[in-house]
Amino acid sequence: MKEHNDIITLAHGAGARRTSALIDEVFQPVLQLPTQDDGAEIDHRLVVTTDAFVVRPLLFPGGDIGKLAVCGVINDIAVQGATPRWLTACFILEEGLPIETLRQVVESMARTARAAGVQVVAGDTKVVERGHGDGIFISMTGIGQLPPKLELGVGRICHGDQILLNGTLGDHAVAIANAREGLGLDPPPQSDCAPLHTLTAALLSAPGVVFMRDATRGGLATVCNEVADATGLGIVLDETQLPVNPRTAHVCELLGLDPLYLANEGKLAAICRPDATAHLELMKQHPLGANAAAVGTVSDQVRGVWVRTAIGGLRPLPMLDADMLPRIC
Amino acid sequence: MSNQLRDSAAVKTLTNKLARLERPIRIMEVCGTHTMSIGRWGLRKLLPPSLQLISGPGCPVCVTPVSYFDALWQLPDVTIAVFGDLLRVPGSHGTLENARARGMDVQVVHGPEQALKLARKRATVLAAVGFETTTPGIADTIRRAAEEKLDGFHVLCGCKLVEPALCALLDGKPDIDGFLLPGHVSAITGSNAFDFLPRDYAASGVVAGFEPVDILAALVLLARMICAGEPGVRNAYPRIVTPQGNQHAQKLIRDVFVPIDTEWRGLGIIPASGLGLAPRYAHLDAARHYGLSLDPVPEPPGCRCGDVLQGRMLPHECPLFAQGCTPSSPVGPCMVSSEGSCAAWYRYERA
Repeated sequence: MKEHNDIITLAHGAGARRTSALIDEVFQPVLQLPTQDDGAEIDHRLVVTTDAFVVRPLLFPGGDIGKLAVCGVINDIAVQGATPRWLTACFILEEGLPIETLRQVVESMARTARAAGVQVVAGDTKVVERGHGDGIFISMTGIGQLPPKLELGVGRICHGDQILLNGTLGDHAVAIANAREGLGLDPPPQSDCAPLHTLTAALLSAPGVVFMRDATRGGLATVCNEVADATGLGIVLDETQLPVNPRTAHVCELLGLDPLYLANEGKLAAICRPDATAHLELMKQHPLGANAAAVGTVSDQVRGVWVRTAIGGLRPLPMLDADMLPRIC
Repeated sequence: MSNQLRDSAAVKTLTNKLARLERPIRIMEVCGTHTMSIGRWGLRKLLPPSLQLISGPGCPVCVTPVSYFDALWQLPDVTIAVFGDLLRVPGSHGTLENARARGMDVQVVHGPEQALKLARKRATVLAAVGFETTTPGIADTIRRAAEEKLDGFHVLCGCKLVEPALCALLDGKPDIDGFLLPGHVSAITGSNAFDFLPRDYAASGVVAGFEPVDILAALVLLARMICAGEPGVRNAYPRIVTPQGNQHAQKLIRDVFVPIDTEWRGLGIIPASGLGLAPRYAHLDAARHYGLSLDPVPEPPGCRCGDVLQGRMLPHECPLFAQGCTPSSPVGPCMVSSEGSCAAWYRYERA
């Protein structure tokens, strides 16, 4: 009973353990990337990041692939503490795509970029034969500027640091699952897709932020596991503090999903020095942080990631092997 | 999802009661959803060491034999509609996930009726596995396909019954004091369906819900019966489960299926423990239509899923556990299904 690991499966794209294995085995040995973060500082306080978007359906409640691309790239830049400035967009279009659909996506992309004060400065378009794509795939690159003297990074995380989250978990994944699988929720749940750069700027106005990461594929659980792996420190999350929209919680129970592992497109975890009350207050005052909460603590007393359950039990929260819902971003 | 059922004060009261057991006891939770809930809430760490919980054969994916998966590989170019958990179970030729990457048309469905929609476009085989909980939905789908005279729709029947498996397990005289009985299955069968436990085996069982307070309250009841030496069956999930169960669903199952001898992973062939299609629906049987072989296939070498499913071994006692067998490259089915005892142990109890 040999397992065949010689071909790509959807699990390789889930952002979880198998994605890491693919990077370690195929990309890293030859490309020797200086960082495995989503973005990198290149020169003169400039950071660059790149991301691909393959969501199905192209238009979903709360967003579309164009808005998703702009927000995704802005957020990767913002969590590094940088101000997003310039974007480039590559479109891979499938023969047969209605031009009206493309127009809607591009208009939404432009609107989102304009509102966020970033400029799309270059782009490319390719068309593939029918059946060789899925309507629209977008690849987007972004460049941002770091403020002078700001140093964020996993290396700065210490025992006792607090983990803040700016709102409810899993809403993007549930919105997509409902739109795609016909779960029939009415009104349909909305994706949380939003640019987070003004929220990160607000947070950074108070000293003591040491690390930020947007909780996309793999959810908050994956962010926490990456931090735990990189630092050798443990993390304990408090289940009673985790914000989850009641309807998201309901869908998760029904489908056997855990909101901690579900993708978000407008949520970030910020690791802050105690006392983090000031940072939590800053989050709550921001329109994208009304449901913000202090959800956990970094600890040198445990290894790995744990959840203190609502009834006082303790359960581990390991890195998942693969996501249950493919192609949601 | 009621908060009362997740109330930490109630949990404390119940765990205190369990802390005063007169003797060590071993309880098997039959159902995979219980296994997951126990892990998800961290319940094991709240229980006294004298109360041992062991996982039983109640995860449908785990008890589905290799031969079933191999039969799916024998299908010609048709759409295979499967529940998500089946995707990563290794058969002799690999997993369905790999098969899909190689071009086999494998579609994940959330309910059996979605297979009808697929079958209207293209010949489709529904991989039907599950216990009494999922069987009524599958039965209804089969009935509808027959009414619609949907030519392209067939079912590979892997549905199983809980009672014959528990009997087979008990015939082996396992070291188990009582059973936490499956709440969802009981909603269909009724709690009376488990009266054979005290009658034929002098064993006790309590039907339990899936919230932490449900599980602990059932354990308290069960521990009391065990320690008093008074075997019986109680229903601690009366808000969902009645003594007679859902008779409409039972009739649907009886109309569409007939009991057949079937192979269980790790347990072998158990008489009248599976469900085959009744004669009037036999033309929808994928095994017959496509001439598939379901002859038993040897289990992978070293795999002890059978012992784990019978409660003879805890997951981490298997020599392959977390060594050759992990959720990313599972050897046996208990590591694959999200409700499998090894997957639950790997995820929740390992550290």
